[in-house]
Amino acid sequence: MNRPDWDIVTGWIREDARVLDLGCGDGALLRHLIAERSVRGVGMEVDDERVARGVAADLNVIQADLDDGIRDWFEARSFDYVVVSQTIQAIRHPERLLGEMLDIASEGIVTFPNMGYWRNRWQLGVQGMMPTTKALPNPWYNTPNIHLCTLRDFESLCEGLGIEILDRAVVDQNRRSSPLLRALPNWFGEHAIYRIRKRVV
Amino acid sequence: MSASTTDNAAVHGASAQPGSVGLVEPQTARIDTPLLLDCGRRIESYDLVYETYGELNERADNAVLICHALSGDHHAAGRHRPEDRKPGWWDTAIGPGKPIDTDRFFVVCVNNLGGCKGSTGPLSENPETGRPYGPDFPILTVRDWVNSQHALMRRLGISRWAAVTGGSLGGMQVMQWAISYPEAIAHAVVIAAAPKLSAQNIAFNEVARQAIITDPDFHDGRYAEHGVIPRRGLMLARMLGHITYLSDDAMRAKFGRELRSGKVQYGFDVEFQVESYLRYQGTSFVDRFDANTYLLMTKALDYFDPAAEADDDLATALAPATARFLVVSFTSDWRFSPARSREIVRALLASGKSVSYAEVEAHQGHDAFLMPIPYYHQVLRGYFDNIARDLTEEGRA
Repeated sequence: MNRPDWDIVTGWIREDARVLDLGCGDGALLRHLIAERSVRGVGMEVDDERVARGVAADLNVIQADLDDGIRDWFEARSFDYVVVSQTIQAIRHPERLLGEMLDIASEGIVTFPNMGYWRNRWQLGVQGMMPTTKALPNPWYNTPNIHLCTLRDFESLCEGLGIEILDRAVVDQNRRSSPLLRALPNWFGEHAIYRIRKRVV
Repeated sequence: MSASTTDNAAVHGASAQPGSVGLVEPQTARIDTPLLLDCGRRIESYDLVYETYGELNERADNAVLICHALSGDHHAAGRHRPEDRKPGWWDTAIGPGKPIDTDRFFVVCVNNLGGCKGSTGPLSENPETGRPYGPDFPILTVRDWVNSQHALMRRLGISRWAAVTGGSLGGMQVMQWAISYPEAIAHAVVIAAAPKLSAQNIAFNEVARQAIITDPDFHDGRYAEHGVIPRRGLMLARMLGHITYLSDDAMRAKFGRELRSGKVQYGFDVEFQVESYLRYQGTSFVDRFDANTYLLMTKALDYFDPAAEADDDLATALAPATARFLVVSFTSDWRFSPARSREIVRALLASGKSVSYAEVEAHQGHDAFLMPIPYYHQVLRGYFDNIARDLTEEGRA
């Protein structure tokens, strides 16, 4: 089953590109990209079971913890794209990871659940409770998602880090786009998908 | 060439345990092509003792070479006699239905040149003198071993290994295979290895060597001619080795400070269980291993450094390799720590190779590579399943 952000990510990636997928899970997105775009892919994942599944699926998977930093693993510009799909919100230092990503690859693709989505705002602002939704299913006390942000938060971080946003897409759970979504993405986008690169000075 | 195991398995099938290759018989290949060694000397002809498990398929493309570590040999799986207390050293991973599945692969394991289990080595007769080589046996390198294994490969009618696999010093041979004979190795599985020894590693080896060399029974390596063996030295070397193969945690878990007789005796006899264990490991090793071989093997370890010939750049050294790699390390291994495996992985990534890396949570230290740790075996199995599947698809194509 494709996750809501996959089609857009795939659409942004060139044929035969070199792709690094950080937090690749069992490698489903990499397999999708290999099938659709003939990419040469490497995944990075910390969880034993997922690494084993990735290896069994004939993928190149490096077992490492993204929180330990990724810069030492790879040469500068050794990939065309680094993808961080639904992972950045679980990283201890997202700002450091973004910087490292764009040393390693010319472009980064980041997808995350939008904390500004109206259901999240409703649950927090009106009901007064931390949101639990399809995209953010875990209770506050036991969740890998420790760094939640909205579209505006992410964009202001990029601004501060000297990162240029090349593309932005938002989708809801069913991957639909609508005029409402386009007009008010930070309200109606459940998932945010960004294509970024280092700003050329 | 005969696949000894399959013959034997048919005969003794009833006694074989599930997952075991059953009874196996070593074979000997006489290689008459001279081998020019890194040290500059030549060996005109030599014997290699090896075992095979499973059957070589018609296309001869399902062969897997297992490279052994410091004190290992060709007996990697199964038993020589039904009453053998222990199976081969990597029986946990090799056999029908095991991660390196002998129903699908033809597995070959060679006693390395310079060994003491039948391959030409210090115990063999030196044709120039008519006496055992002893200390005159040439110093060997990992590359020399790989060259000799390559000669055996051709003898067996194999032009390319589906995979070459090994742990520790065996993992170094795997790397050397990928560098020296890229066309002859499709997959390289490098386990608990390092791209070269650290100063600390060399220091441990040197203490082991000094223990042997300073034993009064060593006689400059000619102990055989004196009818003795440097028992104490070899035992000490093995005891030291064992300490470095286990982790602090593993020792604590296995022995703690447990006393053999329940209370301290205020003496120098064996009191703590760990002392008893080490002495047992040391003395039993003396009966099955040759001191000159031990010296040779430790030197081969010390010298291994493929990057040295590439301006100390491992990625450049690995550039010729075309194999796909799987690298595995174990968290509590301090002899060849995960950091050393990461060096290998980084170099492979930097030179654009296909590589997967698993860092296995294990408390057993360096020895973990021999243990059937579920996650470790899951990764190995997944990797070898892919190799087998590719072979089947190529076979159909």
